[in-house]
Amino acid sequence: MARSLDERPSARAGPRPAVPPGGGGGRAAAPPPPPPPPRPPRFGLLALFALPSLLFVTLILSLPLVAILLRAAGSGVFLASLGKPVVVQALRLSAWTSLITLLVSVALGTPLAYWLARARFPGKRVVDTLVDLPIVLPPVVAGVGLLMAFGRRGLLGQRLQAGFTIPVLGLDVPGVSLAFSTAAVILAQIFVSAPFFIRAARAGFTAVNREVEEAAAIDGASPWQTFRLITVPLTLPALSSGLVLCWARAVGEFGATMMFAGNFIGRTQTMPLAIMGAMETDLDAALAISVLLIALSFAVLFLYRLIGGRRGVEL
Amino acid sequence: MRRTPSPILALPLLLALLAACGGGAPATMTTTAPTSAATISAGAGATATGASARATTAAGTTAGATGAPTAATRGSATPARTATGAATSTRGGASTPSPVAGPPPRITGNLTIFAAASLTDAFNEMKRQIEAANPGTTITYNFAASSALATQLEQGARADLFASADQPQMDRAKGAGLIAGDDRVFIQNKPVIIVPANNPRAIAQPRDLANPGVKLVLAAPQVPIGNYSRQILDNMARDPAYGADFAGRARANVVSEEANVRQVVSKIQLGEGDAGIVYSSDVTPAVRGQLRLIPIPDGVNVVAQYPVAVVRGAANEPGARAFVEWVLSPGGQAILEQWGFIPLGRAGNESTPAGATFGLGAPPIATRQDD
Repeated sequence: MARSLDERPSARAGPRPAVPPGGGGGRAAAPPPPPPPPRPPRFGLLALFALPSLLFVTLILSLPLVAILLRAAGSGVFLASLGKPVVVQALRLSAWTSLITLLVSVALGTPLAYWLARARFPGKRVVDTLVDLPIVLPPVVAGVGLLMAFGRRGLLGQRLQAGFTIPVLGLDVPGVSLAFSTAAVILAQIFVSAPFFIRAARAGFTAVNREVEEAAAIDGASPWQTFRLITVPLTLPALSSGLVLCWARAVGEFGATMMFAGNFIGRTQTMPLAIMGAMETDLDAALAISVLLIALSFAVLFLYRLIGGRRGVEL
Repeated sequence: MRRTPSPILALPLLLALLAACGGGAPATMTTTAPTSAATISAGAGATATGASARATTAAGTTAGATGAPTAATRGSATPARTATGAATSTRGGASTPSPVAGPPPRITGNLTIFAAASLTDAFNEMKRQIEAANPGTTITYNFAASSALATQLEQGARADLFASADQPQMDRAKGAGLIAGDDRVFIQNKPVIIVPANNPRAIAQPRDLANPGVKLVLAAPQVPIGNYSRQILDNMARDPAYGADFAGRARANVVSEEANVRQVVSKIQLGEGDAGIVYSSDVTPAVRGQLRLIPIPDGVNVVAQYPVAVVRGAANEPGARAFVEWVLSPGGQAILEQWGFIPLGRAGNESTPAGATFGLGAPPIATRQDD
């Protein structure tokens, strides 16, 4: 399984060979003929690389995770810790906020990714860079920015706080404050994690063979039909890998949340914040949440590889 | 592709500009990774070698005397400890050792000090003076909530000295066998209520903390000031003037439990929260203009006692002991007082009128703007 994953060309590798248009047929079509298996590297090199590989996988990747598992298992109260309110509330909050983050990222990110993949407009490089920026920016900077923009005294925040009237409709919108609300958590998550989805989607849209779309148009498909029935299915591997990364980043978000949303159990205390707080009071609870996060993340990534591997998808 | 500056560029620039000049830098926290301090060269212990060490006091007066002031360290009486969790801990002046007289001790070698976040400014000022007076000496701080520091020590972080903002965290470290010898109280501090300068919820007195709709920001319960804050709310609830349900109503207003006291200050300074409880010493000149102080009546307030102790296995134990002496010296106490702390020998509740500490009238004389 793992080998076939590695040998398939990725969605980003370039335009796929012609796929017949229409319906789900695009996905069900026969996969491209597998390239001849690469000649195995000479034995000497593999042997040479075995030691550093082993060292990295065991010492740096696995050891910290195993240490958490061992410590949690050794405490004897792991299962009891899982039921603690701080653990349950953090899990629940992280679950539903990250799902909303995913929905918003898809709803706003897909059109943006399509724009960036297809449209030519002045300043496109700036927008491209802006989309990538949150990936390299320390989340604390995101927290400061969100405070300055959406905080109670922020550029937009103070307008929201004061309440406003929608000009044409004459509708009065009561003042709302994002400070210390779950909405602030979601906003922070979207800021830091949506770019992962947009990047993947942009690459996916760019890789779609335009001729296939044009063929669909000639056959009478409307632009929307073409997008829905041709482009999206062809981009699905890229979109789904973006979704997984986006979700993982949202669940792990810490710095911006702490700065912007504060820390309150059940309302803004997501799993990473709960770990941080519990480290000072209840190590067992901190370990329990850490184990949950590790297990959850591993399961999602592993399942994704398992399923995606058959379709030539990679993260 | 044409490279046109897009209007979208303006947004982050604007935000950055706003952040830069938007009234005072938010309280920053330096959390230096604790490095194992190098041991000092043999012979250069705290008891200064034969060389006559010319020392300058913190206040700037020159001390003629030379010698080894730290010799008295071990012998000096450890102050009586108030029971942990005591509601109003008023310490009699008699049991409190008065600041050690004489010239400040020489401090040699590298020192790694874990100190409560509330000590940030005062300790940084001491670092400047100590390093200036003792060439070759380097002090490295790790400022965080005392609870976070105790956790780091438990997990094996190396330090020479631990200065906690409350007794429970010091006791925790002691209970874990991380402390060498006894701890001693070196300074006191007094909680106050802070509100943003524009005071959107019109909070005028402590009872207003329980008003509906107030966004109250406290430190987490394990953080010393968070612990004190909750004690104060409970004390108020015991007072008929506030009503028995006061604590419950005020706690229902808590919107965030911050990781340390400086983050509480930051949230109020930014106007995100309507009120918070911090130490009077946290209202530093840098943030004073953006905050309004509301004193907590002595009857319901607590006086925070800060214990300090040498960490077991300290790489520079003589230096650590000398630093404690330095903090207890009149110069050290004066610096702490300048930053809003209450010196030892002055009982927090009686002899310090509320306004005196809260006013912070005289800005610290020493060079506070050059950091």
